Amino acid sequence: MTQVSMTVNGKSVSGDVEGRTLLSSFLRDHLSLTGTHVGCDTAQCGACVVHVNGEAVKSCNMLALEADGSDVGTIEGQANDDGSLNTIQQAFQDHHGLQCGFCTPGMVMSTAALLKDNPRPTEAEIRKYLEGNLCRCTGYHNIVKAIMAASGQDVSSIAAE
Amino acid sequence: MPKDSGIGASSKRREDVRFLTGDGNYTDDINVAGQAYVHFLRSDIAHARIKSVDTSAAEGMPGVVKVFTGKDFEGVGGMPCGWEVTDKHGAPMQEPPHPILAQGKVRHVGDPIAAVVADSLEQARDAAEAIDVDIEELPAVMDMKVAAQDGATLVHDDLKNNICYDWQLGEADDAKVNEVFANAAHVTTLDLVNNRLVANPMEPRVAVAEYKRSTDEYTLYTTSQNPHVIRLLMCAFVLGLPEHKVRVVAPDVGGGFGTKIFHYAEEAFCTFAAKACNRAVKWSASRSEAFMSDAHGRDHVSTIELALDGDNNFVGLRTNTYANLGAYLSTFSSSVPTWLHGTLMAGNYKTPVIQVNVKAMFTNTVPVDAYRGAGRPEATFQLERVVDKAARELGVDPVALRRQNFITQFPYDTPVALTYDTGDYNGTMDKLETAADLVGFAARRAESEAKGKLRGLGINCYIEACGIAPSNIVGMLGARAGLYDAATVRVNATGSISVMVGAHSHGQGHETAFPQVVADMIGIDESMVEIVHGDTSKIPFGMGTYGSRSLAVCGSAMVKATEKVIEKAKRIAAHLLEASEADIELKDGQFSVAGTDKSVAWGDVTLTAYVPHNYPLEVEPGLEETAFYDPANFTFPAGAYACEVEVDPETGRVSIEAFTAADDFGNIVNPMIVDGQVHGGIGQGIGQALLENCAYDENGQLLSASYMDYAMPRADDVPFYAVDHSSQTPCTHNPLGVKGCGEAGAIGSPPAVVNAVLDALNSGGKAVDHIDMPMSPSRVWAAMNS
Amino acid sequence: MYNFEFEKPSTVADAVAALGVEDAQALGGGQTLIPTLKQRLASPSVLVSLSGIAEMKGVCVDDDGSVSIGGATTHASVATEAAGSYPALAALAGQIGDPAVRNRGTIGGSVANNDPAACYPAGVLGSGATIITNARQIAADDFFEGLFSTALDEGEIITSIRFRVPQAASYQKFLQPASRFALVGVYLARFADGVRVAVTGAGDDGVFRWSEAEEALNKEFRADALMDLRINPANMIADLHGSKDYRAHLVGVMTKRAVEACM
Repeated sequence: MTQVSMTVNGKSVSGDVEGRTLLSSFLRDHLSLTGTHVGCDTAQCGACVVHVNGEAVKSCNMLALEADGSDVGTIEGQANDDGSLNTIQQAFQDHHGLQCGFCTPGMVMSTAALLKDNPRPTEAEIRKYLEGNLCRCTGYHNIVKAIMAASGQDVSSIAAE
Repeated sequence: MPKDSGIGASSKRREDVRFLTGDGNYTDDINVAGQAYVHFLRSDIAHARIKSVDTSAAEGMPGVVKVFTGKDFEGVGGMPCGWEVTDKHGAPMQEPPHPILAQGKVRHVGDPIAAVVADSLEQARDAAEAIDVDIEELPAVMDMKVAAQDGATLVHDDLKNNICYDWQLGEADDAKVNEVFANAAHVTTLDLVNNRLVANPMEPRVAVAEYKRSTDEYTLYTTSQNPHVIRLLMCAFVLGLPEHKVRVVAPDVGGGFGTKIFHYAEEAFCTFAAKACNRAVKWSASRSEAFMSDAHGRDHVSTIELALDGDNNFVGLRTNTYANLGAYLSTFSSSVPTWLHGTLMAGNYKTPVIQVNVKAMFTNTVPVDAYRGAGRPEATFQLERVVDKAARELGVDPVALRRQNFITQFPYDTPVALTYDTGDYNGTMDKLETAADLVGFAARRAESEAKGKLRGLGINCYIEACGIAPSNIVGMLGARAGLYDAATVRVNATGSISVMVGAHSHGQGHETAFPQVVADMIGIDESMVEIVHGDTSKIPFGMGTYGSRSLAVCGSAMVKATEKVIEKAKRIAAHLLEASEADIELKDGQFSVAGTDKSVAWGDVTLTAYVPHNYPLEVEPGLEETAFYDPANFTFPAGAYACEVEVDPETGRVSIEAFTAADDFGNIVNPMIVDGQVHGGIGQGIGQALLENCAYDENGQLLSASYMDYAMPRADDVPFYAVDHSSQTPCTHNPLGVKGCGEAGAIGSPPAVVNAVLDALNSGGKAVDHIDMPMSPSRVWAAMNS
Repeated sequence: MYNFEFEKPSTVADAVAALGVEDAQALGGGQTLIPTLKQRLASPSVLVSLSGIAEMKGVCVDDDGSVSIGGATTHASVATEAAGSYPALAALAGQIGDPAVRNRGTIGGSVANNDPAACYPAGVLGSGATIITNARQIAADDFFEGLFSTALDEGEIITSIRFRVPQAASYQKFLQPASRFALVGVYLARFADGVRVAVTGAGDDGVFRWSEAEEALNKEFRADALMDLRINPANMIADLHGSKDYRAHLVGVMTKRAVEACM
């Protein structure tokens, strides 16, 4: 066992882990931050996306010890301080950008990373960026729409509700 | 004007807040103090005789609690099949045993041979590697037509052959069918494969079971679409446990699409092992494990023939299908190629003579069962492909050919056992023609051609049968379950309401849409109504959510229970208002006496029910009612879809440029949610048409065993969809007039995509009749260059 | 995963020392290695992370105009930092995996792994780059030795890769739809002294140069010069996603498109 320390959602945390402990396991099993989901074992689905030092990474494909000393952000830290949904989360609710909710934490974290670098992405840029996030429920329509809305774009002309 | 609350309003989903903040409670988020972990040692050989399994080394490994093999389950029931199909000669289907852990033979890659329960998952995996399995490999039975031949290797040694059943529906007189085809002016024939798919809900399956020795009680947390069904099957047929000692909880479930309907061996194993080890046992599937243990979908090989008269009227239809059931019968697998498939072969058309033939086959593959649409996509695909091919052969407009043959009089008795209560297929086609701007297609094609791309337009119609019912009929057809549903409406003293429903929400938004109905009936704010689901200890009973049944069946039960509540509340209100019960009206949450200004609020009546001081003596205190609802018939959503594609002639790559859906779902409770369901179905249908392929090699090795080879649709594989559901013919036999919307997109979209690609290729001078799904660039290119 | 010790040295020298232990293995970004470990297909005793070695990170332009990229530089960093100095290579880096994978995966890790469908081997071979290790320099032409096989010795670390910058270059990637690796990827670089064409995803022995195309393009650098060329399908990969014939055909199409992109 080796001690690992990091900042998660602004709080200092530490724990004893094995070399093989994944960051996703550390978050879920050690810190009980179960909002980060694991949907595959080949780094394709993106349900486990978190931010490490501000960058989106797949937490099931990174060792916890690699994140030692890092600043980690997860879905649990995304809402506003008063508990209300942040702009991205609110847009997902407003535009029905989620159904079963399993991919949603990864979608929200990827969206946050996208909008940090590209505050007004086009539809094509959004679809391209989501290459590493699978959703089986929505057909992506309302996810893309929600991201456009979250970036302040008028989505009223996009088909459907 | 769109409504802002109640039935017809696009109310925002209340469940979203917990999902968006990471506060959902999925099964893998549940950990029981002191739990152990199970790892299943699964066969990496498709077909083999097990000579011995030596677990002695494994048992001594660090952390190992207990090692189980098939021997531990001798005398324990196997996994049951919930539907007995009778073959065309009147014999029951062949129904082989399906043990929890393999006994004697392994029959597919992934078949569990042994299970190790240990303190940690990695310890369980370590120990599983120390199990010595001595096997004799057997030839794998993979090709269904080969499997059907006399003398073929048997998947199950005790069965007479690999044919589960040879089933027929529709016209039984072969001579009559032959005559129709002999006299036809034109016959179009098509050989088709409906590709095997993996449902792939993003949440892999998980089971956590605990056992309390002092009370002999079990709790199973599981990723299920129907916890009561799991409890019933597991208790009655597998483990022989009394239901009142077993609680099954399906908490937040991350998508199902059919594959979480079924009772799986891992659920029964964890429940069994929790008692055997006197310790909670948890199993979480990895995605790789899901590919070889979740029931797969589709996998039909069919020949369809359509006979037309000289005026292009459909006069006869005949199909011959081989349906792959895999190595064992999964829970509802036998019903899918039969009563969920053959019955839909009439489609939207008034074809007078139809004969459907299905041979269901055992092979050395993962069991196949219902996946979004379940039989109906297979029926629609065959029918709409052959109609499209006929239009091309005859040189007629595919829309006109469809319209000419539409059923227009309702109710309509099909030649394949259904009665369509209502519909307006020209209505949805009219909507489609407008929404998809079919008139403008020629100009769009010219634009594509100017860029060097081939553009195609594909049309498809579909009909779906949802809310399988009524129970007495499905019982006659072989169902070993009732297909009603139940709801309890519990009104609290201060007027808020908890509704315990048998439907289970795993993405469908019941927690939002169901309260819209109850609130609307009473005239109170939606926020006063809460839905409780997914826990056998909290809800009266429930057959769960699948087959687009939740609102049509469980929603109807909820309406019935709410009506009973309102009836009782009116009696209390009549007492308070000193009026006759017949004069009491309920509107906007106020009970009033007709023709007067006397009224009493909903909350005052509900409080009186629980504080019955001034109360009618003949009425019981309290305000809680339960209703079970067994529908009189299926519901029949229908629609018309259009897909436009561009094909890159150099590479064969297909891109979806536009997709339009015009559906008739009857009345709609939450349009936003309905659109979302259609979007998701279309996404999966495009996946089937272009990307997804669960493939085995000839030795039974699964080639598409992870997301590295199983191509899931991604955001850049699909466009924005246009969805129109303004053509509405309400269901005639349920109280809400609703039909169901969950599967339509997955049923209606694959043929539209295929028809579009073929239209594109033919427009480019390539006389291509058919390409099997998925229409990968490689396959499209090969078809263009053959 | 089998368990292993984890070390994260901060210098190349320390990393080399740590890799001296039996069954020690270097960990780049882990985007391929970790899934492999999850399947228990590898059992290193020690994983030596290269992500803490500052001297192995970043993109710099050398005095002779060549571009050097540290072995531990992520794909995302290459995509942005090399955009000005070597745009075609930056574009290639921006097409690997997905954004989250690109934030972890490294050029050294990808090149050392030499997956037959990976993008970087095509970029490195197509550019005629030089692979610089803790011990020596290896020309790209001598580096790739077939499927998942390279000239690297046990414990040898790619510290950087030096690219000559061509007059024009283009990477044309045709996606394998599931993995999003290359079903076929062609990296074409036009130097003053000749054209190099490297193909990934297609060859059954990994990345290779298509010498016939190079000869044809050296005679005449136009897409039409490739018109009569057909690569032999016999040595192509065949799998679920494409036949040998299809891959051979795509090599031609992607090469043609790369030429057009360089015009």
